[in-house]
Amino acid sequence: MSEIEKSELLDRFNYLSERESSDHLALNCPAEQLIEFCTVLRDEFQFDLLLDVTAIDWDVATPRFTGVYHFYSTVKQMYLRVASDCVDNIKPTLPSLVPLYSAADWHERETYDLMGIHYEGHPNLKRILMWDSYPYHPLRKDFPLAGIETPLPAEDVVEQTNLQVSAAPMMGGPFVSSGDGKMSQTEPKAKDESWNEEKGK
Amino acid sequence: MGEVKEVSVGDIGSRATEADPKLKAETMALNVGPSHPSTHGVLRLMMQLDGDLIKECEPVIGYLHRGDEKIAENMTYNQFIPYTDRLDYLAPLSNNVAYAMAVEKLANLEVPDRCQAIRVICCELARISSHLLGVGVYGMDAGSWTVFMYTFTEREKLYTLFEELTGARFTTSYTRIGGVARDIPDGWLGRVDTFCKGVLPILNQVDKMLTRNRIFMDRTVGIGVISKEKALSYGMTGPNLRAAGVDLDLRKDKPYLGYENYDFEVPIGLNGDCYDRYLMRAEEIKQSVGIIRQVIGSFPEGPYYAEDAKKIFAPPKDKILTSMEELIQNFMLVTEGPQMPKGEVYFEAENPKGSLGFYVVSKGGGVPYRMKIRGPSFCNLSILSELLPGHFLTDITVILGSLDFVMGECDR
Amino acid sequence: MNKQTVAYDSKVEGEVIVTRADAVINWIRKNSVWPMPMGLACCAIELMAAGGSRFDISRFGMEVMRFSPRQADCMIVAGTVTYKMAEVVRRIYEQMGDPKWVVAMGACASSGGMYRSYATLQGVDRVVPVDVYVSGCPPRPEALLDAMIKLQEKIKNENSVKNLLTKHPIKKIRKDAVS
Repeated sequence: MSEIEKSELLDRFNYLSERESSDHLALNCPAEQLIEFCTVLRDEFQFDLLLDVTAIDWDVATPRFTGVYHFYSTVKQMYLRVASDCVDNIKPTLPSLVPLYSAADWHERETYDLMGIHYEGHPNLKRILMWDSYPYHPLRKDFPLAGIETPLPAEDVVEQTNLQVSAAPMMGGPFVSSGDGKMSQTEPKAKDESWNEEKGK
Repeated sequence: MGEVKEVSVGDIGSRATEADPKLKAETMALNVGPSHPSTHGVLRLMMQLDGDLIKECEPVIGYLHRGDEKIAENMTYNQFIPYTDRLDYLAPLSNNVAYAMAVEKLANLEVPDRCQAIRVICCELARISSHLLGVGVYGMDAGSWTVFMYTFTEREKLYTLFEELTGARFTTSYTRIGGVARDIPDGWLGRVDTFCKGVLPILNQVDKMLTRNRIFMDRTVGIGVISKEKALSYGMTGPNLRAAGVDLDLRKDKPYLGYENYDFEVPIGLNGDCYDRYLMRAEEIKQSVGIIRQVIGSFPEGPYYAEDAKKIFAPPKDKILTSMEELIQNFMLVTEGPQMPKGEVYFEAENPKGSLGFYVVSKGGGVPYRMKIRGPSFCNLSILSELLPGHFLTDITVILGSLDFVMGECDR
Repeated sequence: MNKQTVAYDSKVEGEVIVTRADAVINWIRKNSVWPMPMGLACCAIELMAAGGSRFDISRFGMEVMRFSPRQADCMIVAGTVTYKMAEVVRRIYEQMGDPKWVVAMGACASSGGMYRSYATLQGVDRVVPVDVYVSGCPPRPEALLDAMIKLQEKIKNENSVKNLLTKHPIKKIRKDAVS
């Protein structure tokens, strides 16, 4: 069934291209045509459930951010993935799907919070998982897992306890091997040896 | 005695002002804070109340955001399994299975029949566990302690079963990529069958206590009505969506793990109110018991892991300690992780709370490049800002209990 | 009652027991600790199971789980504390009346657990002073009951009269918490 859909969609919209995927039909759609395409998906092709809105940070590649949407059709029992590259690497933006699907509201807020992608037309784009005044976007590849020191917003608590958001003590972990190469180099070992008494001497 | 004035039916504030312009009503801001006995975890509701009526409601989440997705980028596929346990911590086995299947899809790996049957039993037992707690805590929220005690006693029996199978009461970390951690112990299937026999009379008693109970029905019928279109638009899945009338159950529509071989019904609701959602969960427990009985009846023999998955599943311990090739294989697997090909995959499983989805992007190697966890409770909760206004303050406990969400998978 | 504190002869003294005030006060306090469950994540489920009929925390006088800090003695922090939640935990701790104790239940509350990330507080003892730590992920209900028994032992040995007469001491949080 997805072959018919794929050829129909690709013929009708010439700006779409097929995206490599290990399972479902996946398409690339440029950001400007995203709302038009999704409106057609919802009204004509009966993709009535927006399951997921997320983004990938490709680090040093260009384009750096890709927004990914997952749709499901309860009528045809079919999944569809639509990926859309963000044009700007420094301040990525994508159009907001909130007028079409209310589910996009919280999902886009989360992607903005964790990845820093601005959604144009979103009624209430503010942080959802971290607190409002948190200065970083944690899921970006240049943000360390342990976190960066930031002051906590609650002043009365900070007064009593002197607490601030500090980097978690990683002790060199997590211990994952670094990929291909000689086994002695790729063995999992601490990337940061400063805690080790032997090495620290 | 003062004058008696005629007012039209409307909200309290406008009625008072209409009666006497000198009376002005203002709304009160109430914070149902993160620490509150009737919320299923740390959810904060910032509300504007007009007397007892809710005018506006804004849910604030994120109090349990632990950074799972960032952690996943630094762990091998097998090392991430304990984190999936703690997503929906009421039914950890089903999260493990959903994650293992998503990663196996990336490698295009098929697990043998016995492994699939074990996984189905695990998923259905987890579903019974989660719904028992859902119904029990819902009864407690509506005022009945007895229901909570009964269902918790049944859950303790389930915990004994899980402990025998996996070693832990919950947070089991039982599946591995390519199979399960160990085979089922002798006699376990018989004990599961005994449990199934025992849970149905308890369910009957809970049914007698709640289903036609005047107070319970007054508190739940017609409250928290979610229409079909709204439920679809907000991306809800699971029993909440089915109670609204949409026939979507991934076990029937996109069968996995051999669900197409088992005969079970999917209950669909009529009105989409709290009462329907409660009935949905009670009925699903019965259907799960039916599925477990069918699986036990047709339990296949064979290996419990994919034997041909050389770089993905660890070989058995006796081979590792005696043979060189298996030793090297085990070493590579533990240090570098199961080697997955390049690609991206999105897989959803029908969890007790909804569809739990994993979007895994891999650039090759043993560590995922990006993992997105689609938590069903995250999507189910987004409807609150539209659902709660218009209800009374006391309806909050009933509505939140009926939505049956868990903050672990909402915030991840 | 402690052995050294009972000196009682009913014919001489009537229905009177002479003992140390500390012994009586501590005995009363330890046998009716009212916990305030700060149930945040998975450990909360084991806390509820400890309150259920199989493990029965009510044997120790603790089945009265007061969710209001004003009415509780002991705050059981069960689950992962994130930075966003830390201020809430501290505020609720300050609303509790003296004497008060804190039990950090589980690996996440004791030291951050397996969540070494940007959003998780590495141990609730950075915001509140903890009396008993319980390890486990999640700890079995028996482990929680063992921790409550240890807390009772700790309460038994407190200087209650001194604390009543002078201002109740403010317990300090971990010295190296500021890092």
